[in-house]
Amino acid sequence: MESIGVLMLCPMSAYLEQELQSRFNLFKLWTVPQKPQFLKEHASSIRAVVGNAAAGADAELISALPKLEIVSSYSVGVDKIDLDKCREKGIRVTYTPDVLTEDVADLAIGLILAVLRRLCASDRYVRSGAWKKGDFRLTTKFTGKTVGIIGLGRIGMAVAKRAEAFNCPISYYSRRAKPDIQYTYYPSVVELASNCDILVVACPLNEETWHIINRGVIDALGPKGVLINIGRGPHVDEPELVSALVEGRLGGAGLDVYEKEPEIPEELFGLENVVLLPHVGSGTVETRTAMADLVIGNLEAHFLNKPLLTPLV
Amino acid sequence: MAATPPPVQNRSQHLPQVIVLKPPPSFKFFGDTFSKKFELLKAWESTLPLDQFLAARAQSVQAMLCSGTGPRIAPEILRLLPSLRLVVTTSAGLNHIDLSECRRLGIAVANAGEVFSEDVADMAVGLLIDLLRKVSAADRYVRQGLWVSKGDYPLGSKLGGKQIGIVGLGSIGFLVAKRLEAFGCSILYNSRKKKDFVSYPFYTNICELAAKSDVLIICCGLNEQTQHMINREVLLALGKEGVIINIGRGAIIDEKELVQCLVQGEIGGAGLDVFENEPSVPKELFDLDNVVLSPHLAVFTPESFKALCDLLIGNLEAFFSDKPLLSPVMFE
Repeated sequence: MESIGVLMLCPMSAYLEQELQSRFNLFKLWTVPQKPQFLKEHASSIRAVVGNAAAGADAELISALPKLEIVSSYSVGVDKIDLDKCREKGIRVTYTPDVLTEDVADLAIGLILAVLRRLCASDRYVRSGAWKKGDFRLTTKFTGKTVGIIGLGRIGMAVAKRAEAFNCPISYYSRRAKPDIQYTYYPSVVELASNCDILVVACPLNEETWHIINRGVIDALGPKGVLINIGRGPHVDEPELVSALVEGRLGGAGLDVYEKEPEIPEELFGLENVVLLPHVGSGTVETRTAMADLVIGNLEAHFLNKPLLTPLV
Repeated sequence: MAATPPPVQNRSQHLPQVIVLKPPPSFKFFGDTFSKKFELLKAWESTLPLDQFLAARAQSVQAMLCSGTGPRIAPEILRLLPSLRLVVTTSAGLNHIDLSECRRLGIAVANAGEVFSEDVADMAVGLLIDLLRKVSAADRYVRQGLWVSKGDYPLGSKLGGKQIGIVGLGSIGFLVAKRLEAFGCSILYNSRKKKDFVSYPFYTNICELAAKSDVLIICCGLNEQTQHMINREVLLALGKEGVIINIGRGAIIDEKELVQCLVQGEIGGAGLDVFENEPSVPKELFDLDNVVLSPHLAVFTPESFKALCDLLIGNLEAFFSDKPLLSPVMFE
């Protein structure tokens, strides 16, 4: 398989790079001096693309790679991939569901606790020596608070299961109510936001869910409400979120994703009721290794004409 | 004979008296609920030295309200309060009270019972996730602009599948266990006695527990047996990949040894809400990214303080009307 051209779109994992390099003819797009020149030279040998949450095979790239057979994403979110175009051209798409579900759900709860109990702010308080002058403020209890989840897929269900261990009543919004689920269903995000203390975004990003957290939802969540985003930055109208937080119209936010990563609105840096993480939802050694193994496993299966491990298209 | 106005004390004679040596940290959150129901003798407001104040004003006082931040409730204090029958503490912890002296003198003790347990358990889980997934460290990284200039943050460690060694499976320890089970963790424990209502593996030897655990969570009280129970031997058994969370009392861990082990990489990290000499925290910890520090605020929520206030008042009211205490401490 050493002659098969695989194009990796951005740095994502040294382990994955090594493994791909040892099996295929690996091209690293970020090391290429001139993209058009590179494509002219090598496009005809590239049969696979490896992308992630930050970079995917969009329409332009797909058109430039006439021999493209498979897109294998090092992520579960596929919003950066032009899925319609892939279907049209018979290009297979694989992703990494399940292996990262627990890590992302763990982080959602970690963000809730960090925001409600002010873990980051109080850690800063201790490190600055301020504790010598006086106690920190009261923080907000988590146990028993109502958690509203947008999207009750694998990750949403895992968040619910964890929150239940803290005696949190669970409510949710999804396109349709799920028949065998005991949690409270709301047919709109605004209604869900009005009736929960903590709102967690756990759905895929697509045309319907773009800016699903808008001014109306933020107002409904309110000055005591907390937003947790472990989905994608564009799920949230970011300028609206920032002004709501700065003006105190929203109680707090725990964010792992942003509209234009790695850029984060600076106004958020001065806020104590906000926790800002650099897109680390699946960021553990164990999970990233499992994700890389899935990418490789899918590519190998494809080129050996075996069934794909985790196909989406 | 000219009528003399009644002494100031008599105006509130109908309110039972409670002596308070030093205001508990939670006091400022109780508002005037206490002063409406009890006459508080506030020793700290007097210019008299404590022994003179107690001799002058507290000879007939039957109840005391105390906390861990005040003077130790020991023979030196107790012998100055001949009528004392009840000590109520605002904490779950009892290490600041000489329990055997109270028992000898027939003084009942009531504590915060389980009003804090949920908040403390939540804090333990929060500190653990923060530590393993580097939440506070990554938040610092982002706020310093390093995500833009330096790139992605180093990977953390997965919670699922970790062996959690709980030290002290009381009210708090049990709630910690229930929470972490939902994250796919396995629970082991050490406690004074094996608990019949759980099926978690029980270890009598704390070193053995540490050796088998990826995480140690200290949920027990501080007493003679647990003082510096987590020593160098236990920390080395926990190992270079192991982490420790302390939401009990600082002195359960030998802090000097802990700092050395962290600085030398003998253990993987620590999440600490309590310290041996609060509010002093060893400076060496400030340079470490594998440490999460919290200023003893596991119980600092309005819900815990409201529940605490209700419980303290409930205990005092029960005492003054000869009813059973709500959260009595059983002497062993």
